[in-house]
Amino acid sequence: MITHHLNDTLLMAYSSGNLPEAFALVVASHISLCDECRARLESFDAVGGSLMEAAPSEPVAIDSFAAVMSRIGQSKAMPIPAPARKSAYPAPLREYLPKDEAAIRWRSVGMGVRQAVLTNSKEASVRLLRIPAGCAVPDHGHHGMELTLVLKGAFRDEIDRFGPGDIEIADQDTHHTPVAEEGEDCICLTATDAPLKFNSWLPKIAQPFLGI
Amino acid sequence: MLTEPRQPDLAGGTPSRSTYIGAREASARKSKAVSVTSEKTAEAIWIDCVKRIDRERDESAFRLLFDHFAPRVKGFLMRSGVDAALAEECTQEVMATLWHKAHLFDPSRASVATWVFTIARNRKIDTLRKQRRPEPEDLPWGPEAEPEPVEIVSFQQESEKLGEALAQLPAKQRELIERAYYGDLSHSEIADATGLPLGTIKSRIRLALERLRHTMK
Repeated sequence: MITHHLNDTLLMAYSSGNLPEAFALVVASHISLCDECRARLESFDAVGGSLMEAAPSEPVAIDSFAAVMSRIGQSKAMPIPAPARKSAYPAPLREYLPKDEAAIRWRSVGMGVRQAVLTNSKEASVRLLRIPAGCAVPDHGHHGMELTLVLKGAFRDEIDRFGPGDIEIADQDTHHTPVAEEGEDCICLTATDAPLKFNSWLPKIAQPFLGI
Repeated sequence: MLTEPRQPDLAGGTPSRSTYIGAREASARKSKAVSVTSEKTAEAIWIDCVKRIDRERDESAFRLLFDHFAPRVKGFLMRSGVDAALAEECTQEVMATLWHKAHLFDPSRASVATWVFTIARNRKIDTLRKQRRPEPEDLPWGPEAEPEPVEIVSFQQESEKLGEALAQLPAKQRELIERAYYGDLSHSEIADATGLPLGTIKSRIRLALERLRHTMK
């Protein structure tokens, strides 16, 4: 049961095409799991549709229609999407992972926590984090926003519990120590605006090597 | 009753909406729309066109959609900062995608304008941002999940109401929302543009999703 959802700002930013890839991946992954947020996203899309309908139009080239028909002649219809296969990872995330999920390259960030960085740009980065059951992610603050989707297991921080499908939105004022629940490792997908800042000495030393 | 013949009302007849898009353009659109037919709403016509493209590869239906939507897509792209030549090329790609994706359009979840908008937005991201563009897992729908006509009509009504509500927003808020969709706002500014009356249209979409999930089982 998903209890923590995306907020309107993220949904509107995604709908209007304004989210960096790293955040868009977390949003698209959550929406793949959550019909409530999918419906909210699609209502923001409806706003976009209404605006486009009402906004001033721009005349197209005289031969535009003919050019489109010739484009159509050169390509094929898009297939109906195949039903999803069973995986702990939602479809948009699987695009970033090796076909064989056992081949994901996990690297230690210390304290038993491992990560796999998926994309990393100046703007934002996104990674999988794997926290052993019962262990804490080292205390960290953020320069900007941090968006986390729980994929497997669960974690608690000082405020709340986050289980599979849940979203946690943290900003630079959030200093938290998520602890994975006992029972199974917790796997999260986490996007950040800027490099994560770990506050304990060990991961801080490791940061330059790991590109966190 | 829903059976009452209605004038297609592409621009919306209310004075506030006319000022929104320019009164002259509104009346021009209206007269053009009336020549299409006077018995169906504009939205019903567009839905029918998409169906005819899907089932019969009907070029004349596609032409109707093209004449209405291609200039809007181009206008949208140009206001988003795409130059005229590139906007023309992208518009052609968007329209070709529309033809190829006709079988994926679900009129109980989106208006044709919304569907076209999402295709245009995706093209815009590909063009301007040159990043990968993660998309939610598609929910397949086929003949077995076909929505009931009443669901489609209810959705059209919600969609129309949303258009009216947007047109009636205070000018400042409307402008903020437009700027968000044209890519002019930062993340914190977008937060100020939210708070729209989306509850009822969301509930409609939610129902359509539930029906889809049910048929997929």
